[in-house]
Amino acid sequence: MPVDTARMTKVFSRPQSLTEARLTYCPGCHHGIITRIIGQTLDELGLTERTIGIAPVGCAVFAYLWYRCDALQVAHGRASAVATGVKRARPDRIVFSYQGDGDFASIGTAESIHAANRGENITVIFVNNQIYGMTGGEMAPTTLVDQRTTTTPEGRDPLLCGYPIRFSELIAQLEAPVYVTRQALYDTRHIMDCTKAIKKAFQNQVDGRGYSLVEVLATCPTNWHMSPVQANQHVANTVTKVFPLGDLVNKGA
Amino acid sequence: MGERRLLRGNEAIAESAIRAGCQCYFAYPITPQGELVEYMARHMPRLGRTFIQAESEVAAINMVYGAAGAGVRTMTSSSSPGISLKQEGISYLAGSNLPAVIVNVVRGGPGLGNIAPSQCDYFQAVKGGGHGDYHMIVLGPSTVPEAGELTMLAFDLADRYRTPVMILADGLLGQMMEPVELPEPIDVSQLPPKPWAATGARGREPNIILSFDLGPENLKKMNLDLQAKYDLIRKHEVRYEETQTADAEIIVVAYGTIARIAKTAIDMARAEGIRAGLFRPITLWPYPYDALRAVADRVKTVLTVEMSAGQMWEDVRLAVAERAKTPFYGEMGGIVPTPKGILSEVKKHAR
Repeated sequence: MPVDTARMTKVFSRPQSLTEARLTYCPGCHHGIITRIIGQTLDELGLTERTIGIAPVGCAVFAYLWYRCDALQVAHGRASAVATGVKRARPDRIVFSYQGDGDFASIGTAESIHAANRGENITVIFVNNQIYGMTGGEMAPTTLVDQRTTTTPEGRDPLLCGYPIRFSELIAQLEAPVYVTRQALYDTRHIMDCTKAIKKAFQNQVDGRGYSLVEVLATCPTNWHMSPVQANQHVANTVTKVFPLGDLVNKGA
Repeated sequence: MGERRLLRGNEAIAESAIRAGCQCYFAYPITPQGELVEYMARHMPRLGRTFIQAESEVAAINMVYGAAGAGVRTMTSSSSPGISLKQEGISYLAGSNLPAVIVNVVRGGPGLGNIAPSQCDYFQAVKGGGHGDYHMIVLGPSTVPEAGELTMLAFDLADRYRTPVMILADGLLGQMMEPVELPEPIDVSQLPPKPWAATGARGREPNIILSFDLGPENLKKMNLDLQAKYDLIRKHEVRYEETQTADAEIIVVAYGTIARIAKTAIDMARAEGIRAGLFRPITLWPYPYDALRAVADRVKTVLTVEMSAGQMWEDVRLAVAERAKTPFYGEMGGIVPTPKGILSEVKKHAR
């Protein structure tokens, strides 16, 4: 039976804020979902033409290709410092950095903490997949105890490598941040929660309220050696035990 | 006409940067350039501009990267160990074609060294201290007023060529006070627009600031473009000063503070009947090879004097080759050559 498309309502489409470029992420990886949520948020808040994105080093190194926004590709770990420079130079623009766990919570520790401590009016998206995806599956600061990676082939031994760092909790100890939250994407409900969180993190900046951080627990099926479904279950059952979900700071909510 | 003030070198650089329209300044305190940071802390906020005491030199240079990428005039300053930390960011600035001014008030090294004047960072400044095939324009002021003038020039050159520019001073110049004739502040609204900057993609395609391309052919092209720019800079921006070289039998080559001391030494030599002259590179990159070569053709001896183990001496020998003798006199560790010390070297080699 022929379909009468003229009478159908389009309820879902690619956000206007995203380009047509094909994502470079592996199948089942959550980076694509986060990218979409950011694009949708920029659409809904009408921010595309005044937003400047900061692309990190890591799996998201090509992030400057995905959005119809101006962008800077920057040195590993320095995204929050660069975002600071852009925002101070152009206070009326919207600035977001997109950073992985190695970028944000290891090599960029100082830049991350101090941008938050200054209360820079920026939005930081922190993608925690507990592994270095781009370089081939090495240990991240967030790698779980006993998790096997290419640099912890027998599993992460906390006596040798320390424990997974709960970076958002560190940020949450500071006075300045207005919004610090940890979200996940392993099912529809959590995707919807994460979407709300990211929108709030951008809205805070629009309202001039200060520093907002959304940590997103993401999967890396390739380097975890799991199927996408197993990876989602792993986040739900194991990762969230170490990295509990929810708001850590939500001032004036 | 501008305003006449008694300023330290560090303050003259800071005030000139403000008058050059520096909108955002980021730095981490370090001796002997602390007065520069403090001056900016006092003056930038009251002008409605940005001053941030960054958490590190690494953060400061990356804030500069952000502000430069967003299209405003921006600067950082530090001294030797801090400049080492900035090298990654400088490489990114060069690779991303971003204009920025970086001040190095050089102190004794290597390692923690000391806080006394030195010229031991010459290699790092002119040969490319970070990774990759790049150069910065490097300006070597010799007096406090010139430190101010070259700071103004640095912002113009940075914008014109979309490149990082370094002011290579030293601890003596940073601390010394002299009267400075300050120019009128520029009107930033009259500066040429920066259509490439990341300012928000309103009514145009997005601008992307980057130094990255995975494709070897594309990255080769990016590198060739950079090299073409460097050729243009070599062609148009070489600066130097010659003093009493016309009839000289021996010339001293020196830059920065040492050039100033050498001028006194040359006068002393002339008083003793030695026809001495001075060749002072002002741009240390691009180096005035051709001009120095032309002088070397007319003299017997080209004596290099530096506060280092002979870093600029390498460029002098590249320029002079076999045209003249090329002796060297250097001091290290914060020892500043005296006019008498330079004179005795001139006398030794003029014979």
